[in-house]
Amino acid sequence: MDEKLLEVKDINIHYVTEDETVYAVNGIGFTLDEGETIGLVGETGAGKTTTALSIMGLIPDPPGKIISGSIMFKGQDIFKMSEKQLRSIRGDQISMVFQDPMTALNPVLTVGKQIEEVILLHNDIPKAEAKKRTIEMLEMVGIPGKRCDDYPHQFSGGMKQRVVIAIALACNPKLLIADEPTTALDVTIQAQVLELMKKLRKEYGTAMIMITHDLGVVAKICDRVAIVYAGEIVEIGSNKDIFVDRKHPYTMGLFNSLPDIENDSKELHMIKGLMPDPVDLPNGCKFNPRCPYKTEICENEKTPFYEVAPGHQVRCNKFALREVQNA
Amino acid sequence: MMAEKTSSKQQKESKRTQNNRVRNETWHRFKKNKLAVTGLIVLCIFIFAAIFADIIVPYGYDDQDPDRAMLFPNRKFIFGTDHLGRDVFSRLVYGSRYSLMIGFFAVGISVILGTIFGVIAAYYPKLDNIIMRIMDLFMSIPQMLLAICIITSLGPGLFNLMLAVGLSSTPQFARVVRASVLSTKEEEFVEAARAIGGNDLQIIIHHILPNSLAPLIVQATLAMARSIISVSALSFLGFGIEPPKPEWGAMLSAGRSYIRTQWYLTVIPGLAIMAVVYSLNVMGDGLRDCLDPRLKK
Repeated sequence: MDEKLLEVKDINIHYVTEDETVYAVNGIGFTLDEGETIGLVGETGAGKTTTALSIMGLIPDPPGKIISGSIMFKGQDIFKMSEKQLRSIRGDQISMVFQDPMTALNPVLTVGKQIEEVILLHNDIPKAEAKKRTIEMLEMVGIPGKRCDDYPHQFSGGMKQRVVIAIALACNPKLLIADEPTTALDVTIQAQVLELMKKLRKEYGTAMIMITHDLGVVAKICDRVAIVYAGEIVEIGSNKDIFVDRKHPYTMGLFNSLPDIENDSKELHMIKGLMPDPVDLPNGCKFNPRCPYKTEICENEKTPFYEVAPGHQVRCNKFALREVQNA
Repeated sequence: MMAEKTSSKQQKESKRTQNNRVRNETWHRFKKNKLAVTGLIVLCIFIFAAIFADIIVPYGYDDQDPDRAMLFPNRKFIFGTDHLGRDVFSRLVYGSRYSLMIGFFAVGISVILGTIFGVIAAYYPKLDNIIMRIMDLFMSIPQMLLAICIITSLGPGLFNLMLAVGLSSTPQFARVVRASVLSTKEEEFVEAARAIGGNDLQIIIHHILPNSLAPLIVQATLAMARSIISVSALSFLGFGIEPPKPEWGAMLSAGRSYIRTQWYLTVIPGLAIMAVVYSLNVMGDGLRDCLDPRLKK
């Protein structure tokens, strides 16, 4: 059986308002095996979070519109499910860790109640049992079980994020979507949370989609990486492909803009120009206005994927020639 | 087997102490607010008076005697007597039954209905315009007039009176709740609740309502005062409690004709209304503060 856990196929999601249309996601597609971790890396507004929400079936409508594409989770299309089916999957099969633990917990419920809630929603078990599992979950993420009667404001930021992770993992989901789980935390806590996620992933065999703009996080935790730019994946490959043998000019630019610990440089490199406005995207390759290698084709025609190595695909015309030669 | 039994017993015990702990904490914080405690005590006295009116009062509320009419407060009649020779103290104590009941139930009706309408309007944007425009329609009619309309169509009676007062202040509650829910529903924890598969009802009851209640509590304590006063106005117009039943508002308006000579006939029921209203307000404030876990130290 060679069925993938998750197959995202060419999804297009726009936010349509009266005055304008925001082209948030334009044909993102990737697959995920069981137990595998993929990183979605990109700038703010590149469409990462929209992709994540669409996998949960949580695109707010209005204004969100799913134009085309499909997301197959265990062979079922999420876009075609009823609200009731979606509810039974959310939290149970697919769950999500939100960006900001400060706001992702309900301030007037104890953390124990909030973990219990998800357990009771998806399992038909008595309350006492749910309570027991709640305490187990808390202890698993490294919080003493007796603190389950405390309120969120009595926890530190890192602990809150661990509570959020405990909620996400309480029903032992097949897929965990982590939407910038470490962005709101400081660096030492980031490391703790990442270690914890790595450990839990190993224990539970959960597949994970890690959304981030922090390449360090990607290096630490991901098996494969997809670089997202203006609602498209511009390069996708294994962790090694991207970190060692990156091809796309945007990816190169991203890595060049990281400070180098060995060479003491005064200025950081940057990619010239700005992210295109998602309301008014350029024709052809979305990166062409900023690309140093652009040609006429780049400006006019949509760039397809070129496979530069097995599993390593790049959306750049530079590699078209090579493919022809190989053929 | 034995061990299991004891452990479950222990669990129960620890749960009980935990619940007690939470309750104690809340009570402890409430106790610190002296004003709120005073309010609670005053309110308890009134409730006590209402329940045990039959035992407390020296005379019946309708014991008339022309010989002792218009007596100033003295040792025998501590709050004096009115124009029919009825003991004001007895009427005041009996009146607390009606006034408190009307206050609680009328506000109860408007809180419940207002919350339902407000939440639905805020949570389902498609219904928002329909519900809120209907509420606006009712708000455009002066509250007193609306209450009179309702009561004339339903007929007089205690229950209808409470319904009329409650219904006529529902739109205000709907507004307050809607505004509060609109801001709460954008919070990330609501999205998170949706992401764990919660249905609408659960999200509303567990996540949205508890976080939107603070303005409602304040509004409710204020409205309770208002509703006691509007019932007295209705009584004055002849739509309220029918005489000879004592009701503070009715007593107040009956005493108005004698305000130059027998001032106590208006001042005493007026003070009673004020005491209840004020203690409700301070208690409501205190309650809100001690129930909100975010303000916990």
